Amino acid sequence: MSIRRDRYEIRFSGEGGQGVILGGAILAEAAILHEGRFAVQSPQYGSRVRGGPTKVDVIISDLPILFPRATKIDFFLALAQMSYNKYANGLADDAVLLIDANLVPNVNENGRYVHRLPIVEIAKVELGNEVLSSSVALGAVIALTGIVRPDAAWKAIEARVPAKVKELNRKAFERGLKAGESLKG
Amino acid sequence: MSFNYETYLRNDKMPTQWCSGCGLGNLMKAIIRAMTDCGIGNNDASIISGIGCSGRMSSYIDCNTLHTPHGRTLPYATGLKLSRPDKHVIVVSGDGDSMAIGGNHFIHTCRRNIDITLIVANNFTYGLTGGQFSPTTPANSWAPTAPYGTLEPQFDICEMAQASGATFVARSTVANLKHLTEMIRLGLEHKGTSVVEVISNCHVNFGRRNKHPEAPEMVNWIRQCCVDQDVIEVLPLEDLEGKFVVGVLSKKERPEYTAQWAKFVEKVQHEH
Amino acid sequence: MSGNAVIAEAAIAAGCRFYAGYPITPSSEIAAVMAEELPKVGGVFIQMEDEIASMGAIIGASLGGMKALTATSGPGFSLKQENLGFACMAEVPCVVVNVMRGGPSTGLPTLPAQGDVMQARWGTHGDHPIIALYPADLTEMYWQTVRAFNLAEKYRTPVILLSDELLGHMSERVEIPDASELTIIDRRKPDVAPDQYLPYDVKTELVPPMANFFEGYRYHVTGLTHDETGFPTEDPDLAEAQLRRLMLKVSANADDIMEWEEDGLADAEVAIFAYGAAARSARAAIAELRAAGIKVGLFRPITIWPFPEAALVKAVSHAKALFVVEMNMGQMIREVERGIRDVPIVGIHKVSGQPIDPEEIVLTVREFLEGKVTLPQKAVYQMSV
Ligand SMILES: Cc1ncc(C[n+]2csc(CCOP(=O)(O)OP(=O)(O)O)c2C)c(N)n1
Ligand code: SF4
Repeated sequence: MSIRRDRYEIRFSGEGGQGVILGGAILAEAAILHEGRFAVQSPQYGSRVRGGPTKVDVIISDLPILFPRATKIDFFLALAQMSYNKYANGLADDAVLLIDANLVPNVNENGRYVHRLPIVEIAKVELGNEVLSSSVALGAVIALTGIVRPDAAWKAIEARVPAKVKELNRKAFERGLKAGESLKG
Repeated sequence: MSFNYETYLRNDKMPTQWCSGCGLGNLMKAIIRAMTDCGIGNNDASIISGIGCSGRMSSYIDCNTLHTPHGRTLPYATGLKLSRPDKHVIVVSGDGDSMAIGGNHFIHTCRRNIDITLIVANNFTYGLTGGQFSPTTPANSWAPTAPYGTLEPQFDICEMAQASGATFVARSTVANLKHLTEMIRLGLEHKGTSVVEVISNCHVNFGRRNKHPEAPEMVNWIRQCCVDQDVIEVLPLEDLEGKFVVGVLSKKERPEYTAQWAKFVEKVQHEH
Repeated sequence: MSGNAVIAEAAIAAGCRFYAGYPITPSSEIAAVMAEELPKVGGVFIQMEDEIASMGAIIGASLGGMKALTATSGPGFSLKQENLGFACMAEVPCVVVNVMRGGPSTGLPTLPAQGDVMQARWGTHGDHPIIALYPADLTEMYWQTVRAFNLAEKYRTPVILLSDELLGHMSERVEIPDASELTIIDRRKPDVAPDQYLPYDVKTELVPPMANFFEGYRYHVTGLTHDETGFPTEDPDLAEAQLRRLMLKVSANADDIMEWEEDGLADAEVAIFAYGAAARSARAAIAELRAAGIKVGLFRPITIWPFPEAALVKAVSHAKALFVVEMNMGQMIREVERGIRDVPIVGIHKVSGQPIDPEEIVLTVREFLEGKVTLPQKAVYQMSV
């Protein structure tokens, strides 16, 4: 898959507390700090503290980025049905979607390519903690898009997560990478 | 030998703008005497006052003086004290200034226990604006904004201070200069938030409407209403009705805010 | 690094050692970073009981000699106005950040807006001088934060640093300058004997030197109209002279204070006026229109107050139209209209809590050029997008 180098737009969406906004920040930091590219990360918070739909737009480019919000989304991640419903707008015609296979049952494919992966279940059941969802998701997104190098993403994750849970996050990230690779087929 | 106020007075600002016989004159004397007793140099103290007749205090005492908007003395004092913890910060505020518009600041300053000496001149009224009722006006008093008598009950400033966490709380009156000086001196010496409530006569805007139109009589009335803290235990409760209990009402030891902050900074710097 | 974190880091680099605040979305991260960083540099952080107290505390700390910051958003900015006026009147340097969110009242707490730009100018009562800066990207945010402190110290006046939820919460690549690249300005102290010191002199210079408290210069600081020594006065000549001097501090030094960006205006058929987050939308729209061969340029005030009117007039006078893009119902457009006489002005305003999509600007400009937007001469056509 060839990627738009001038402006690649990614939107992560989910429920407050799933760590999608942190995931967006990590992706942007990977691009800026470890690949020397331009990126902006622009979150939208709900007014509810927990549980409301949240999203973050990440735009990565070889050039400085003017408008910091996504306008034609190339890649869309949804970890919750409500966030899909609220934020799956402005998708490019050839946008790629990654959705949680269990938590987002209703998707309007509209001719777009939709990958399904039980992200939250992998984090919760296989790895033992739901908060690892965003690391799993990041791994899968990177495998599917190649938008940043896996080692760059890992460096960014490492800088953000507490030392105690570093190993767990590495496992989650690698699990996501593998799952993403196999989705690509 | 008479006391020499000159070193602390801004002589070119005299006479004061207060009405003749106003209790604030005695309060100013007591503040100056207490500062002298404590050996506080002019350069080492700041007097901060708000808006009101009491707010004029900062104009007259020769040190670093600050005259804030109405009710805001304590936040300014908190910032100033934190920037120079080694200096004395003395706040002079009215009952309206500190209990009504500045009530929230009063509570939280006491809670933090920052080393500020707060002197509340309680004249039971908004003196400067013409005698409207204040949070300390006794019920059934007359005021321009209570032409049929006041309905609201009053705050007890000292109880409020204690409940909020002030570690030194005292009450005195302008009727006894020696006692007043002593209470302010103890407040200045205390490390932590000290609140000294000073019952003062506003015979012009409060007394005139409430049976005390002349200064000497009103001061006398205040004097007669005083009961010393030391004797209240042995008095029957009904004898305390309508009286001002004067003296040191409470003194506690609790970590002072700026000292705590300094320790905290040391700890953080040590760890990083 | 988020826009809010950039402000905190830059403030410390500028020498800020005191922060007082009260939490409010979307500004709270500034307080959080200050709480973490200030103790490391021996500074003071305090969370006050409300925004009135926060503003009072920074004035107190500044009088004691510390560079001081507070940060807030709309509802808190309203509460700060009382003491902000005091800082203007008593000439106490300090910096106030307002990360704008949707209003009025509690409004849209988590969403961006630009509805406080006029409040920044006229929020406190009475005539008063004000400096307000409003960057549009995070590297600029760093520089303008440092500049805010410098201007506050240089002109002995509060400086408002405006931001918005979009800039506050977004992160992008930030070029953090090395400390050696920064110019840091400190307040000028008196060099005369204490009995000669006139903290509010009206005769010799616009910005009299400022003595910190407890340094031997005992003077009086009040919000009342005062004479040269700081004591209250009602002398009509002095009252007039003091207020005129206060205003002149900023207006006579406007050339030093004002900064703006002009981009592609020389050959522009159409000009766009935008600032802060809206300027990012405008830039993106301009790039698209230029790619389509339409000559569009940007005028972006970085200093909002004082308003760079003459520069604007000069830069856009040859354009066929001037589009004013704002995330409010039309605030700075009135200021633009005061200066621009012969160029039709079109407003693009949005108050939905969403940033303005560049496409919306592109569309309006195209419609104008195709003659679909009919303009009454010199009147404002309010485009609702
Ligand atoms: C914000 C504001 N509201 C109202 C006033 C008007 N005002 C001036 S002094 C005062 C009351 C003063 O009463 P108090 O604090 O008891 O002081 P006193 O004059 O009795 O010493 C009021 C309401 C003001 N200056 N500012
Ligand atoms: S009005 Fe009352 S408080 Fe004010 S100066 Fe006169 S007597 Fe004193």
